[in-house]
Amino acid sequence: MIEFFSRYGAEIIQHTLEHLYLVTIAISISLLIGIPLGILVTRKPELNQPILGFANIMQTIPSLALFGLLIPLPIIGGIGDRSAIIALTLYSLLPIIRNTYTGISGVDPAIREAGKGMGMTDLQLLFQVEIPLAMPVILAGIRVATVIAIGLATVAAAIGAGGLGVFIFRGIQTINNQLLLAGAIPSALMALIADFGLGFIEKRFQIKE
Amino acid sequence: MPKKSEIAVECLNVNYRVNRRLLVDNLNLQIYPGEILILLGRSGSGKTTTIKLINNLITPTNGDVMVLGKSTTQWNPFDLRRNIGYVIQEIGLFPHFTVEQNIGLVPQLLGWERDRISDRVYQLLKLVSLEAQYFAKRYPHQLSGGQRQRVGVARALAADPPILLMDEPFGALDPITRLELQREFRQLQQQLGKTVVFVTHDIQEAFFLASRIGLMQDGRLVELGTPQEFIDSQQPEAQAFLECLTIPKVS
Repeated sequence: MIEFFSRYGAEIIQHTLEHLYLVTIAISISLLIGIPLGILVTRKPELNQPILGFANIMQTIPSLALFGLLIPLPIIGGIGDRSAIIALTLYSLLPIIRNTYTGISGVDPAIREAGKGMGMTDLQLLFQVEIPLAMPVILAGIRVATVIAIGLATVAAAIGAGGLGVFIFRGIQTINNQLLLAGAIPSALMALIADFGLGFIEKRFQIKE
Repeated sequence: MPKKSEIAVECLNVNYRVNRRLLVDNLNLQIYPGEILILLGRSGSGKTTTIKLINNLITPTNGDVMVLGKSTTQWNPFDLRRNIGYVIQEIGLFPHFTVEQNIGLVPQLLGWERDRISDRVYQLLKLVSLEAQYFAKRYPHQLSGGQRQRVGVARALAADPPILLMDEPFGALDPITRLELQREFRQLQQQLGKTVVFVTHDIQEAFFLASRIGLMQDGRLVELGTPQEFIDSQQPEAQAFLECLTIPKVS
C-alpha cells in the first residue's frame, strides 16, 4: 500500500487535478449556456421542443462515441482537452436547461401576477423573484450535471485529455486492479463530495412557503 | 354628475374577448375618487377580468379604460401599475422577502432611498395594526393568514397610490378575522380617501364596504347603484344575491 502510494501518489494528484479541471471548465460553460437557454425557453415556449430536444439527443449518444466523434472535427475537435470539455459540456446541458426551465415555470402564478401587478418589469421579475425562487431546482440540476460529468470525465482519457481515467484505462489494459482503483476511487470520492457540497448549498436556498 | 377630471377610472364601451368568448361585454362604468366600488358577481362573471383591465394586466379588445384621465394603452404599463395598489386573494407575498422587503417593493421599484422606504414600512405596519419591530424582519411563512393579508394591504398602500384594486382580498380568511379586517379596512379607507375597486362574491362584504355596488353577470354590468338602490332592485341576479343575506330558519 505504502509502496503503491509512494510510486503513484504524485500521479494520482496530477490526474485528480486534471479531472477537476475538465469538469470545472465543462460545468462552467454549460452554466453559461444552459441557464440563459432555460430562461429563454420559459419566455418563448415555442423553443421548448428544439432546445430541450437537442439537449436530450446529446444525452442519448453513448459517451465513448461522442468523445470519439469529436476527434476528427476541425476547430472544436481534435485530441485532448478541448474535445473532452466540449463533450462533457454537451452532456451537462440537459439537466441544467431542464431544471432552470422547470424551476422558473414552477413559481406560483399568484406571486408572478402580484409582482407584475405592482409594476415589475420582466427583468425585475426574473432576477428578484423567479430566479431566487427557482434556485433550489436549478441547483439540483447543477448537482446532477456535476456528478454525471465527474463520472464521464474518466472517459476523457480515451482521447488523450488526461484525468483519472488514465489509471482506469491503464488498469484495464494491464489487468491491474490496483491501478484501476487508483482512478476509480478518487473519481467516486470527488463525485460524492460534489454531491454533498452542492446538496448543502441547495438546502441553504430552500424557501419556506 | 362630476366633471371628467373628477373621475378616477372610467370604462368606455369596453369589451374583452378570448377565443370568441366575451369575458367583459360592453362595460361602461365611472368610478369616482374616494369611493369604494364593489364589483359583485358569481365566479366567472368578469369581475377579476375587469380589474385586470384597469391596471393593464390585460388590454381591452375594444373600447377604452381611462385611469386618471388617460387611457391605459397610453400609460407606460409599469408606471400605471406602480400608481395603483393591487391586492389579490392569494396575496402573492414574496416568500423569499421579509415583510419589510415585501412592503417596500414598489418604493424600491420607484427608486426611493433606503431610509425613506424603511420609515414608510414602519408607518404602514402601524397603519395595518402590526407591531413593526416584531414583524418587519419576519418572512411570510411565519405569519398567520390575517397577518399576511394585512401585509398585502400595506404593500399595496406603500407608494401612496390614489387607486387600490382588491380582488377578494379577504376571501380566504375565517369569518371572524375577515370581519375584523373589513372593519379595519373601512376605517383605513375613510382615513386615507383612496379610490377602491373591490371584487367580491360575498354580498355581506359588499354591503359592509360599498359606496356603490356594481353587479356583474356573464361579463355584463347588470346593476349599478348604492346599497339602498341594490336592495330595491328588481333585477333577478340582484334578487338572487339578496336572498343569500337572510339567515335560514333552523327547524
